[in-house]
Amino acid sequence: MLETFNFRVILEYMPLYFKCFSATLWLSGAGLAGALLVGTVACAMRLSQSRTVSLIAGVYIESMRSTPLLAQLYFFYFGLPSLGIMFSEEVTGIFALALNSGAYMAEIIRAGIQSIPHGQIEAGIASGLNYFRRMRYIILPQALGVTILPLLGQSIVLVKDSSLLSLISIMELTRAGQMLSSERFMPAEGFLTTAAFYLIIYYILKGFSSWVQKRLIFREAY
Amino acid sequence: MWGFYFGQLIDSLPIFLKGLWMTVSVSGLSLVAGSLIGFYWGIIRGGKGRILRRLIGAWVDLIRGTPFLVQIFVIFFIFPEAGIQLEAFPAAVIALTNLAACFICEIVAGGIQAVPSGQREAAIASGLSAYHRFRYVILPQAMRTILPPLVGQYVLIIKDSSIVSVIGVIDVTRAGWLTVQRIPEGIMVFGMVGILYFVICYPLIQLSSNLEKRMTVVATRL
Repeated sequence: MLETFNFRVILEYMPLYFKCFSATLWLSGAGLAGALLVGTVACAMRLSQSRTVSLIAGVYIESMRSTPLLAQLYFFYFGLPSLGIMFSEEVTGIFALALNSGAYMAEIIRAGIQSIPHGQIEAGIASGLNYFRRMRYIILPQALGVTILPLLGQSIVLVKDSSLLSLISIMELTRAGQMLSSERFMPAEGFLTTAAFYLIIYYILKGFSSWVQKRLIFREAY
Repeated sequence: MWGFYFGQLIDSLPIFLKGLWMTVSVSGLSLVAGSLIGFYWGIIRGGKGRILRRLIGAWVDLIRGTPFLVQIFVIFFIFPEAGIQLEAFPAAVIALTNLAACFICEIVAGGIQAVPSGQREAAIASGLSAYHRFRYVILPQAMRTILPPLVGQYVLIIKDSSIVSVIGVIDVTRAGWLTVQRIPEGIMVFGMVGILYFVICYPLIQLSSNLEKRMTVVATRL
């Protein structure tokens, strides 16, 4: 197989790959920003005193976590137009990514917040800090240590999930592989190059995450 | 209009049920095979053999670093180039089994390494053979750490099985995709798809969090 591996075609398609690589980066970046926003809001709602608000967030989180992203993506792609809402493919894709990952982020953030001993919160109340100051100065800085690694793990998942956007005809890395493979009948060249680009992102994020882990252990030790 | 389409949707229920059976059989086969292989790899990876450990680690990184969509394209389109013709169903099962094995391997290895080394030393001091040490001392304790994330991983694998629909395996997602071409009500059709996945995944998610609670209680009682 390898002796017929055509590097010249890959070089020829490199401009397309770089364009699609940056598309994957910005699509998953936008998805990540949206997911963090949705996740924070959903988590705040889930922890709310009001039962209805908490229930709404719970239904959202559980329904997102028990259905596959692909079904959600098709749900929005085929479903929104029949409601008369016309989004471009990119917006639909980012929307689905953000809603899907947001549910996982909400659970991660919730676990982080609930890992903080209740005495800390009570001490904050006793010191006369209001809700936002307690969050800002007591809860969030401590919760960050617990949540940062799972959040990075979820970001890796999100980047990989963004490959599904190729199925609603968005130009990104997997789509580039499909194009090379169908235009030149070279699936090996197309998809292995795509895989290599994803691996670059994966190793960078993984390296960053183990660097963070070392820093966290260091901080805990002293 | 909704009533008319709803009637049609009820008429196409057999396709969905066939799809459900396909989803269950693809993910069921892959989970069984993936668990066996994953445990085998995980036990090696949690052990001492350096070279094998590195090899499995590198393979797991490759699989975890690339999207499942790309992996399934590689298996379905590149294997024929190397002379291995695969139908859609076996290709789907192979790809999903490999994915499951890689994730389960990491969970198992983590669980084995989490057993305190004093336990191992005590078992050696008691004169247990390597097999007995593993079977009666290490594994029962490791299972406590392994079980909750393992069930959670099963849910992720079942959801990832939706991606095999792109190579023409008629599972629930594919059934929805085929139906939405006739019934242009995306919300209804993919709502149905979502419900079918929900029925499988939600109980498993609950089981996973129940296990987590129970296992932590046992751990603190000891």
